[in-house]
Amino acid sequence: MPDLGNYAREVLSAYAVSIAFLAALIGLSWRRYAKVRAALKKVEKNG
Amino acid sequence: MSMWEYANPKLFMSWTRPVLPWAFGLAGLFVVVGLVWGFFFTPNDFRQGSTVKIIYLHVPAALMAINAWVMMLVASLIWVVRRHHVSALAARAAAPVGLVFTLIALFTGGIWGQPMWGTYWAWDPRLTSFLILFLFYLGYIALWEAIEDPDTAADLTSVLCMVGSIFAILSRYAVLFWNQGLHQGATLSLDKEENISDVFWFPLLVSIAGFVLLFIALVLLRTRTEIRARRIRALEARARRA
Repeated sequence: MPDLGNYAREVLSAYAVSIAFLAALIGLSWRRYAKVRAALKKVEKNG
Repeated sequence: MSMWEYANPKLFMSWTRPVLPWAFGLAGLFVVVGLVWGFFFTPNDFRQGSTVKIIYLHVPAALMAINAWVMMLVASLIWVVRRHHVSALAARAAAPVGLVFTLIALFTGGIWGQPMWGTYWAWDPRLTSFLILFLFYLGYIALWEAIEDPDTAADLTSVLCMVGSIFAILSRYAVLFWNQGLHQGATLSLDKEENISDVFWFPLLVSIAGFVLLFIALVLLRTRTEIRARRIRALEARARRA
């Protein structure tokens, strides 16, 4: 762990929140991708 | 073969399928290397201390927040002029990605601003234009959701996108236009004298490349999703008519 001095809280929270936002964006995008792909397969099978 | 043929939904789905794993793989590699390099292996700045490490998140996110809107503008113009559905859907797909990048830029800017400027927020030209850009992203996404007919939604969101482009440009050049406020000028410069030191510059370049690749990967993935969602609606409408 690097020495973050007096600003450890600021730096760590910037990284934690940004990584959480990116992870949520990637996770939600893949989840919707899988959901819509499955839904299309179902519609095409029934139609 | 004309470049416009790549905008054919079927062709788009076939060429993006093999590209997608590479795009995500490269994006992950560049983002991880850029952030790990910047966080663990760069020194603290003599004035900013360790807060300089926030640059590896803030600058790429801010850059992509603006460039995402530019990409949406180009895609919207293609829709308006040539009526290619894939371009309208690509613009729609890019908006949530741009929104998250804008949020990261605003948040990391505020976190950095508190110890350096003594405040999380100021009604500075660049900060304010960025906040308005964030609101434009929200409005753009809401407009797509609010209108049922996809072609009407694409038309109206394209107009909104053109209006919002003014704020994307203002966000980029606000510091130069008004030359006042707290926010400093560009971090990156081609002028060696003005540019930041190489020790910060190289990991920042890797991080920027990572954010660009992540944007491309996410837009491809989300556009594929939008194309399939559109096909579902078309098939359901056909079934209802039959």
